[in-house]
Amino acid sequence: MTNSINELEADAKCVFLIGTNTTENHPVIGYKIKQNVRKNGAKLVVADPRRIELAEMADVYMKFKPGTDVALINAMMNVIINEELLDKEFITNRTEGFEEMAAVIAQYTPEYAEEITEVPAEDIRKAARLYAEADTASICYAMGITQHSTGTDNVKSVCNLALLTGNLGKPGTGVNPLRGQNNVQGACDMGALPVTYPAYQKVTDSAVREKFEKAWGVSLSPNNGLTLTAAINKAYSKELKGLMVIGENPMVSDPDLKHVEEALDNLELLMVQDIFFTETARKADVVFPGVTFAETDGTFTNTERRVQRVRQAISPRGGTLPDWQILCELSKRLGYPMNYSSPEEIFDEMKTVTPSYAGMTYTRLEGKGLHWPCPNEEHMGTPVLHKEKFNRGLGLFHAIEFKDPAELPDEEYPLILSTGRNLFHYHTGTMTRRSSALNKHVPENEVQINPATAERLNIVNGEKVKVVTRRGNIEVKAKVTDIVNENVIFTYFHFSEAAANMLTNADSLDPVAGIPEYKVCAARVEKI
Amino acid sequence: MISLTIDGREIQVPRGTTLLTACRQAGADIPTLCYDPDLRLAGSCRMCVVEVKGRRNLVAGCVTPAENNMVVETESPDVVESRKIILELLLARHKLTCHTCESDGSCKLQDYCYRYGVTDSRFTGEFHDGPHFSKEDANPFIKRDYDKCIMCTRCVRACEEITGAQAINVMNRGHHAKIATIFDGNLEDSPCVFCGQCIMVCPVGALTSKVAAGKGKSYQTEKVLTTCTYCGTGCTLELNVKDDKVVGVTSVRDENWSPVNRGALCVKGRFGWDFINSSDRLTTPLIRENGELRPASWDEALDFTAAKIKEIKGEHGPDSLAMFSSARVTNEENYLAQKLMRAAIGTNNVDHCARL
Amino acid sequence: MAEELRVLLQYADQINPESADDYVKVGGYKGLEKARSMDRKALIDEVKKSGLRGRGGAGFNAGMKWSFVPQDAPIKYVVCNLDEGEPGTYKDRIICEKNAQALLEGMAICGTAISSKQGYIYCRGEYPFVVELLKNAIKSAKASGALGDFDIEVRMGAGAYVCGEETALIESIEGHRGEPRFKPPFPGVEGLWAAPTVVNNVETFACLPNILANGAEWFAGIGATRYPGTKIVTLTGDIENATYFEVPTNVTLRDVIFTLGGGVKNGKKFKAVQVGGTSGAFIPEQNLDTQIDFDSMGSIGAALGSGAVFVLDETRDIVDVVTRISKFFEHESCGKCNPCREGTFRLREIMEKVNAGRGTTQDMDNLLLLSKVMQKAALCGLGQAAPIPIESTIKHFRYEYLRKI
Repeated sequence: MTNSINELEADAKCVFLIGTNTTENHPVIGYKIKQNVRKNGAKLVVADPRRIELAEMADVYMKFKPGTDVALINAMMNVIINEELLDKEFITNRTEGFEEMAAVIAQYTPEYAEEITEVPAEDIRKAARLYAEADTASICYAMGITQHSTGTDNVKSVCNLALLTGNLGKPGTGVNPLRGQNNVQGACDMGALPVTYPAYQKVTDSAVREKFEKAWGVSLSPNNGLTLTAAINKAYSKELKGLMVIGENPMVSDPDLKHVEEALDNLELLMVQDIFFTETARKADVVFPGVTFAETDGTFTNTERRVQRVRQAISPRGGTLPDWQILCELSKRLGYPMNYSSPEEIFDEMKTVTPSYAGMTYTRLEGKGLHWPCPNEEHMGTPVLHKEKFNRGLGLFHAIEFKDPAELPDEEYPLILSTGRNLFHYHTGTMTRRSSALNKHVPENEVQINPATAERLNIVNGEKVKVVTRRGNIEVKAKVTDIVNENVIFTYFHFSEAAANMLTNADSLDPVAGIPEYKVCAARVEKI
Repeated sequence: MISLTIDGREIQVPRGTTLLTACRQAGADIPTLCYDPDLRLAGSCRMCVVEVKGRRNLVAGCVTPAENNMVVETESPDVVESRKIILELLLARHKLTCHTCESDGSCKLQDYCYRYGVTDSRFTGEFHDGPHFSKEDANPFIKRDYDKCIMCTRCVRACEEITGAQAINVMNRGHHAKIATIFDGNLEDSPCVFCGQCIMVCPVGALTSKVAAGKGKSYQTEKVLTTCTYCGTGCTLELNVKDDKVVGVTSVRDENWSPVNRGALCVKGRFGWDFINSSDRLTTPLIRENGELRPASWDEALDFTAAKIKEIKGEHGPDSLAMFSSARVTNEENYLAQKLMRAAIGTNNVDHCARL
Repeated sequence: MAEELRVLLQYADQINPESADDYVKVGGYKGLEKARSMDRKALIDEVKKSGLRGRGGAGFNAGMKWSFVPQDAPIKYVVCNLDEGEPGTYKDRIICEKNAQALLEGMAICGTAISSKQGYIYCRGEYPFVVELLKNAIKSAKASGALGDFDIEVRMGAGAYVCGEETALIESIEGHRGEPRFKPPFPGVEGLWAAPTVVNNVETFACLPNILANGAEWFAGIGATRYPGTKIVTLTGDIENATYFEVPTNVTLRDVIFTLGGGVKNGKKFKAVQVGGTSGAFIPEQNLDTQIDFDSMGSIGAALGSGAVFVLDETRDIVDVVTRISKFFEHESCGKCNPCREGTFRLREIMEKVNAGRGTTQDMDNLLLLSKVMQKAALCGLGQAAPIPIESTIKHFRYEYLRKI
């Protein structure tokens, strides 16, 4: 997030949610948005293919066709430009590329976008005005924006919208991705990415590489590594021989599970480090038992870049070891000893090579934590980014044309299948399916089907149906509900016994980020 | 600033300060049941009544503004008598099963009865015929034992003002008033999202966690402040630990210790913790032998893995190895994971599930 | 010799209460005209000077109440309390049925004084015919132009006694559960939809047209000095003339009961009278020579309240009557505050026990103790007043209790 979470409760006069079912996936952020709307009268604009809970209290709700995000946002910008609701001063002083972008936007009239998105042109106008006219407006998005073959384009479009209205660099504004996992921000910050060292320092930059070579006392590879999805493909083609998986469950979370399974089967070494005997662990050659968050010390970095302490509450269960100790033991045996007596010692080393964390210590993180960047020990952290300038200097507008999703419905697969999460479960269900109350409350998967579609297929609520795509099929309970449109179905990905990712499309990755198109593929529903 | 006299002590407070705040500033310990600094005022429990010279009636400190030259007594005979009678009235409708109550030891009704020596109620009529208010609710999260409810309505206000769910409200009137969902149904059929904020604010044992039930009373557990393991919001929660086991989750509402959520949690954070103790937990390393995974010692498993990695690296080069690190483990562990791949193995093939 | 003095009801049954034209023919809307010609402050001063005090129960000076309304607030409301839930009270209904336009005129005068453009009449749910009548009266007044740009809307209650309490009434108009708010803030500062709001009773508003038309001195000269004007009283119970009268406020209770009311029914002897509604004190024979005005009633531990006069003859069982009253309060407590919610329940429980002959002197001590705490600590007038019938009868008719113990 460019901005901090509590601004959504206090500072934002308008909140625009697109591709985030906030009250289910980030419930506490959802509470704050609700309070802002109810107590402070903040305006709420919601764009989502499903009529999510927050749609009910939105000033404008746009139920758009999955995968048409760019067209929708371009049309909002079209309105803002044509009605002169843009922030000219901000555009002049802080951005570049406006003209090129505006030239593309010109054709995206609300009427044109209505044909693509199925959102009434008038609603697009209203939404654009609410967002642009508010003193401070914040955009929040989640995987609804990113998990597309055009995910990078979608994110750029969202940034365009914020730049166009000067909604960056002030409290209550910003481009705010709500990240789905406790430490996904931290994992990125720490360089668990194939192209960057900690703090997004590029592995291909020789100056950076020299710095790390000096710090770590070895020579380092100058080549970008494989992304997760590319690694699976390389395993499939037998070019990748060994894979170590820590706390991940690609056998449920990755697209096209049949493909994943064959890829993992091809490996010479599959090492899995996890707290449970996951679907992926079952395929492993060696399994290391790790610990839960209750059994370890350390830090997590949340979606607003706030680094906070994790504190050990109990000793590691059974014969388990904290994950950091396992890594140290393994490294030692690989001839590269990493000796640390505690996570704090690791943190203290890490911050010397991670400029955005350089000013943090465990002592300083007590209590409220710190938002990175925090370059030195006097610095109080940075809740709001881009106050004076952007990382690259001027904010760059991108001229983005709408592109169809990779796999469109056809006669054989007439519906659009979208996937996501449920309030009561988390990711692949490793933890929540073993939490007695959560699993008792929501024990099985469902597929949401519009009443008209259900009637046409002669399906009643609660009936087991078969959902079929080009990749495979699952049997799952039908939930007949009008929160989805007639041409859309939706299912959760938490349930390995009816795994949504048996259905999803692994071929259509975003070309830049390599993210799979979980939000759109072609499917059909069959009565059993 | 205005000045007033509280229990013979003159103090100064800013205009607009409530008597409750002023009294507490003056060192008086004022009991409260319905008052909650994070919620809209109710002024309804009347436990915080104090005597203001010149006023016919006692006034509720939480909702009465302090005025210049007020003379206030916080433990006058009338005040104490009123508090005692209110406690007796509450006891008369309260299921006195403190010995098995989850809130024993952290119950405000218990504390105040102790403080004022209220051992029993003189109003011993109807309740003892049997419970009036109990509500069997089949949900797996929240126990609603309304025979312990004192009608402070903090749950109603928290549901509306913290979570925004508006699942519960007061139903019926007078003594028969109770907390209910619409048409007095189950929480599951209401807008309830099972966040448990109602449990957090309940001053007695009327609302408790079913998941933590029977596992330890508050005073028996150590509270360890940490960051939630689920979504990226980064809520602070307290793991309740007894005998080296996590037996519950609670939260703190102090912004200085819970900066993101100020005590608010969601259903996963508050109730989704017993996987920690799950009997499914992996407790020993496993090695595949003849197609089957079998238990192994740490040394054996680590040696096996290291040898295999070295072998692959030797034959196919470092880029034939990759690691998926985790968005669930700590920064420190992610740092080590990428360092291991880059420095010990010599490849940049490290990624995690940010995209999934 | 006491006589009726009809001011509010001067033209009762001579004009159509719905018709603004009829009302104008007998001098109506002159007061509003006068008010509109006056400076706002002068208008409030005039009302203050008249000594008009609230006819709902609390007896607060009306002009004073209005003067608390902050003038800089953009929106203000005038609310008329026509909840009239006190058993035995029906004076507000009579005023509406005989002289509805005077109520509307009074509200418009108040609107002028506090610069409000919107009035609400909160009518009790048991008076659907009054709602109809008022709607027609408002239509007629608007059509005649008499109200100018002042609008009045009628809202209907749902039968809760507590909604006669002004803040519970406001909650109810807002569409919430009828529960009183704590005060301060008083409605004059933060009332309906958080805007400054004057809440007055029907009778209070209906006094205003004559005050403006005839002058403050004229009104101040009627009845008791400290509670001037007339008061409509409604007689019920064991009384010969069970009807209503409009009397100057300096008549005595004895005059009301024995002169106007024609004495106790069927020649029986007088035992007690309850004045002001169900929460009023029971007054024994020796206190009957007290004037009915607010302060004089207060001096004998009674309240003029709504003007209900409920007479009991010598054969009545006081303990039984009070037991029924305690049941009424148990039923009508909203349940918000502890002393009232649980207190009214326990009072009823103990009263039933005593009434059934199973009580002890300990029970009477408990009744008195609980009564005291409720009066001292309850949130609103309902809880504070609910024990008064019990307390006053234990004081004046203790022997009736002792007889049952």
